[in-house]
Amino acid sequence: MEEIIISTLTRAMVAGTPLLLATTGEVICERSGILNLGVEGVMAMGAVTAFIVTMTTGQPWLGVLAAVGAGMAISVIHAFGSVTLQANQVVSGLALTMLGLGLSGMLGKPYVGKPLSIKMEDWSIPYLSDIPYLGRIIFSQSPFFYLAIILAIAAWFFLERTRLGIQIRSTGENPKVAETQGVNVYKIRYLSVIIGGGFSALAGAHLSISYSKSWIEGMTAGRGWIAIALTIFALWNPARAIWAAFLFGGIFVVQYLLQPLGISPNFLSMMPYIATLVILLLISLKDSKKLSPPAMLGEPYQRGER
Amino acid sequence: MKGISKSFHGIFANQNINLKIESGEILGLLGENGAGKTTLMNILYGLYQPDEGQIKVNDTPVRINNPVESINHGIGMVHQHFMLIQNHLVIENIALGYKDTPFFFPKNKIRQKVEAFSEKFGFQIDPDKKVWQLSAGEQQRIEIIKALLNGADLLILDEPTSVLTPREIKELISILRQMKAEGHMIIFISHKLDEIMEICDRVVVLQKGKIVGGTDTKNTDKKSLARMMIGRDVVFNINREILEKGKQILSVDRLNVVGDKGLLAVKNISFDLYQNEIFGIAGVSGNGQRELAEAITGIRPVFSGKVKINKKDITNKSPRHIYDMGVSHVPEERIRFGIAPGLFLYDNAILKQHHLKKFSKRYFLKYSRVKNHAKTIVKDFKVATHSINTQTGNLSGGNIQKLILGREISEKPQLLVASHPTYGLDVGATEFLRQHLLELRKQGSTVLLFSEDLEEIFELCDRVAVIFDGEFMAVLDSDDERLCDIGLMMAGSKRI
Repeated sequence: MEEIIISTLTRAMVAGTPLLLATTGEVICERSGILNLGVEGVMAMGAVTAFIVTMTTGQPWLGVLAAVGAGMAISVIHAFGSVTLQANQVVSGLALTMLGLGLSGMLGKPYVGKPLSIKMEDWSIPYLSDIPYLGRIIFSQSPFFYLAIILAIAAWFFLERTRLGIQIRSTGENPKVAETQGVNVYKIRYLSVIIGGGFSALAGAHLSISYSKSWIEGMTAGRGWIAIALTIFALWNPARAIWAAFLFGGIFVVQYLLQPLGISPNFLSMMPYIATLVILLLISLKDSKKLSPPAMLGEPYQRGER
Repeated sequence: MKGISKSFHGIFANQNINLKIESGEILGLLGENGAGKTTLMNILYGLYQPDEGQIKVNDTPVRINNPVESINHGIGMVHQHFMLIQNHLVIENIALGYKDTPFFFPKNKIRQKVEAFSEKFGFQIDPDKKVWQLSAGEQQRIEIIKALLNGADLLILDEPTSVLTPREIKELISILRQMKAEGHMIIFISHKLDEIMEICDRVVVLQKGKIVGGTDTKNTDKKSLARMMIGRDVVFNINREILEKGKQILSVDRLNVVGDKGLLAVKNISFDLYQNEIFGIAGVSGNGQRELAEAITGIRPVFSGKVKINKKDITNKSPRHIYDMGVSHVPEERIRFGIAPGLFLYDNAILKQHHLKKFSKRYFLKYSRVKNHAKTIVKDFKVATHSINTQTGNLSGGNIQKLILGREISEKPQLLVASHPTYGLDVGATEFLRQHLLELRKQGSTVLLFSEDLEEIFELCDRVAVIFDGEFMAVLDSDDERLCDIGLMMAGSKRI
């Protein structure tokens, strides 16, 4: 029994890692006022790029770098559509998801089913990994796990404690005010969308070169959508996203665990979405300023509008 | 500023404007709504580009492409609608616009700056509060701090007193005097003659986008300024003829209404309204006026009590039902609640009447009739617009209000609930709207008028109620001598 609990928790950490990475990116993006529904597609692009580059060069970290670059590059499409053209962000984001899924499927065709021989070793933190239970669950994980947590904390610090962070949040709350205060709203929004894309691609890279060590089309399996839901669940706060992501990761793992007990996996895979609906309900019921999304989320901004 | 011109959608907002200001001077910019004051200042602040003309700072011609450049030239602006992010802290708002905000831990440095400023000008602001928790006066001070921190020599204040209480106005004036003594220049935009006379050294009058006059304030008086502003004499006293009360129209019985904060905002209020009368509710805003108006018109649920129109119960009926019973509403915050700014003028002309037989048949609107109706309103209510096919949000505040009033009284309502109908409007539009309210009274309707403007209350109303903290402090005839203590009643320190 003890063994089951420990291994479940360990796997929850693994499953939560890509969710945390993608959620952190989406939080940054949404705080600037841009809703990016393209996470799923960018994640797939990241996964396929990381896999191809790692396979051909034998350098997993180069693969990660290439994935982040690809994710940022493809996110420019959404930034262009939603910021420069002031298009409907839902449509533009969905288009990005479809493009990413399709393009990654095409590029990855020759690599389907091939195993990755180069492995990214798990990092055991000296001393800390010797702590009973916790050592195994938290301190001997893949590098992505530590990276995800560090980046989430860094994102929180960056949003709350730096000048650029204030500019990003102000842009999401009220772009007109930000503009009159000398903030270049377009630049900030481009930057946020692109950074967000990099995070999503990083999540994809984790899936293909660390989590499953192989590529198949559609391997992101809806994790991008869960990240968008998690953004709301975490109330647009990267620090809160940490425990939220691992909680959802746990739900992922528990699906397999409870299946033999006769609970339908379909029911469990609904859980993340139901939890998000409940959160949305709570937000609208409480009507509290603390829980509200960025005021101008999803609203295009045009300069010089009277 | 030399020869400045700017037009929007083919309408001149500014035409060949020349303006000059010297150090240590307070310049008043006077004009009706839509005269082009705000547009002119937005050009100076770099929000709009002029179509023609030149701006010089310290005799050097400059081009101001955006607010940052304007800040670098020492120009600061306090907008009429505050440029603050309500959900953020005071210091975050200041850090956003401040030139020397450090990249890391910006809030610590700004906190010290704000405290130093508060001390210098003798006002108090909690830098760690969220903006939405602050009063309008405090928010305005944040704006002033923002401008001064960036080293503004010239401060533009756009209608700064329109949101302030009388006490806050006094404090603002003393801050401005202190700034003037330090050699700052101030441009003070207003359409309130008293303030201009009190604060400014010099005044320039704008009318329909052109400068029509300018003079030192000590060489002029209110009457001649008013004449310059609207181009004719103003009748400051509206003649209200004596009419006999008719039958009872509205009856409100022990009404309790819960406000946004979950507390009772209207407490046990009862009153009756009769034909041929205007019933005024005076009071400082935020004392339950909005909740009372919304409860009567069906927008907000009634907690307990009864509202009756012509003896028929309308408590907690839908707004549509109440409208069809003959209750019209001119809401406060006209752009948010009175119109749909993105729709065309003719759409807005039938916002509440679209379901009537004359404007629609089954699922379709009869657009020719709708447009005719809109044209009639534009003509009868002198709405200044070049076409009814224009987005309503492009009209000025006064014209929007005329359109709303025209729409609301076009169906000859039994009762008109008017909340701050002339708030922020210029003398001409105010007079026009007040005449229409009196006309409505004469035709046998009744008007429930919410206003902070005591002059308006006394001019128009037959009876006056003073509201404080959700309760009536007094209900008196408007010629009752006891109303000389209305100030005390509004402040809650006297009850009759």
